[in-house]
Amino acid sequence: MKRIKTLTNKTLGCGECQTCTVGNQSCN
Amino acid sequence: MIHQYKNNGYNIVLDVCSGSVHVVDDLCYDIIEMYEGKSQDEIVAAIRSKYGELYTEKDILEACEDIEELKKEGQLFTEDVYKDIIIDHKKRKTVVKALCLHIAHDCNLACKYCFADEGEYHGQKRELMSLEVGKKALDFLIENSGNRVNLEVDFFGGEPLMNFDVVKELVAYGRSREKEAGKNFRFTLTTNGMLLNDEVIDFCNREISNVVLSLDGRKEVNDLMRPSRNGKGSYDIIVPKFKKFVESRGDKSYYVRGTFTRNNLDFTEDFKHMADLGFKEISIEPVVSPDESEYAIREEDIEKICQEYDKLAVDIIDRHKKGKPVTFFHYMLDLTGGPCVYKRLSGCGSGTEYLAVTPTGELYPCHQFVGNEEFKLGDIYNGIQKNDLVDEFKMCNVYAKEKCKDCYARFYCSGGAANSYQFHNSILDAYDIGCELQRKRIECAIMIKAALAELEEGE
Repeated sequence: MKRIKTLTNKTLGCGECQTCTVGNQSCN
Repeated sequence: MIHQYKNNGYNIVLDVCSGSVHVVDDLCYDIIEMYEGKSQDEIVAAIRSKYGELYTEKDILEACEDIEELKKEGQLFTEDVYKDIIIDHKKRKTVVKALCLHIAHDCNLACKYCFADEGEYHGQKRELMSLEVGKKALDFLIENSGNRVNLEVDFFGGEPLMNFDVVKELVAYGRSREKEAGKNFRFTLTTNGMLLNDEVIDFCNREISNVVLSLDGRKEVNDLMRPSRNGKGSYDIIVPKFKKFVESRGDKSYYVRGTFTRNNLDFTEDFKHMADLGFKEISIEPVVSPDESEYAIREEDIEKICQEYDKLAVDIIDRHKKGKPVTFFHYMLDLTGGPCVYKRLSGCGSGTEYLAVTPTGELYPCHQFVGNEEFKLGDIYNGIQKNDLVDEFKMCNVYAKEKCKDCYARFYCSGGAANSYQFHNSILDAYDIGCELQRKRIECAIMIKAALAELEEGE
């Protein structure tokens, strides 16, 4: 296998996104 | 900062401050673990000592090159550039954009773990919110929302459907004000299902963006903790109603949401039961209760719960493989998008952009504080009176919490609930058991992403 598989790279405010964790919210 | 772990046969490396996620082989996994502290010669020696002849020196040096390449590209060992930028939270101007409307401080169930004290919220009397108070609350939201367009109102309780006429009239009132105020209302509702009928279902499918349906799972688990007021279980009444509701829901959002306690640490079985009933959007959360209650989650339960989260993750992957995917709320992780860093770091918004309103119009930081007089912020008629308390909630961000600022989960969790107050008497602390479980859920969620990516590659 390839030694390193990158699932995602460098993925990291208008205030319009949904409020009630936040990691599973979506963004504008 | 790097967080690396092994789960379900995957070696996962999370580069915390860039958000990059890598799945690596055993060689790279071990090298990354020692990469920052050892010279290349020392790394070669350590690998040879552990694996013997399995890897040649060329293998090891090539792996080191790959790792160095990722480091240069900002995908490994990334520095934290956010902690200095976000520091001035207290000066930021906040607006209100969401209300938790306690439309009914009354309930037709007597759930044993209810933090709302069967709807009475610790000494607040049983009562329903009047239409007049509800309208005033929506006016308050519009007037205090600044230039925010998307506003949210959650009908909560107690049991909101005990005041369904007011719910309907408030939605109509909100819609009537949208255009002139330049706002979009998003209404949500949480219900125990006892009063679900065709009229409610039609209304929810028209007007309510997300409905949370409370069910704990297997009949014996649900009925032990969620009896009606006459002591009988609620399962047989609500499950047929929930099934009918979900079948009619189309592509609109819903969640069947359960609470697990010390009585069902094997909650994967409850997840499976709900999935097998045909529910595709499921959430199960650990109970929040005083330490002394017999069903409270204890520190000694953490290991068992973490094993259970692993089992749950494997079950979710299996269902995906069979072409019948089910969503588990806390395993939803948007690795390629997700919220902006500002949102990730500024926490849940309680006490600032999110407020709870009682049936008489009092304002609290969120539903979990209602009834605790110390946290009464003001009311919808006179606005916020305790600005110093709001300032404290503004500071509820991950870099203000000692336990959070160096935690690898900080960009996914955002510091958890301000209601760690219940456990530590400070809203700037973190609830330890909650933290352990949150970190585990994030590890499982990333592992599921790795497994699904592998599935896609294989197709």
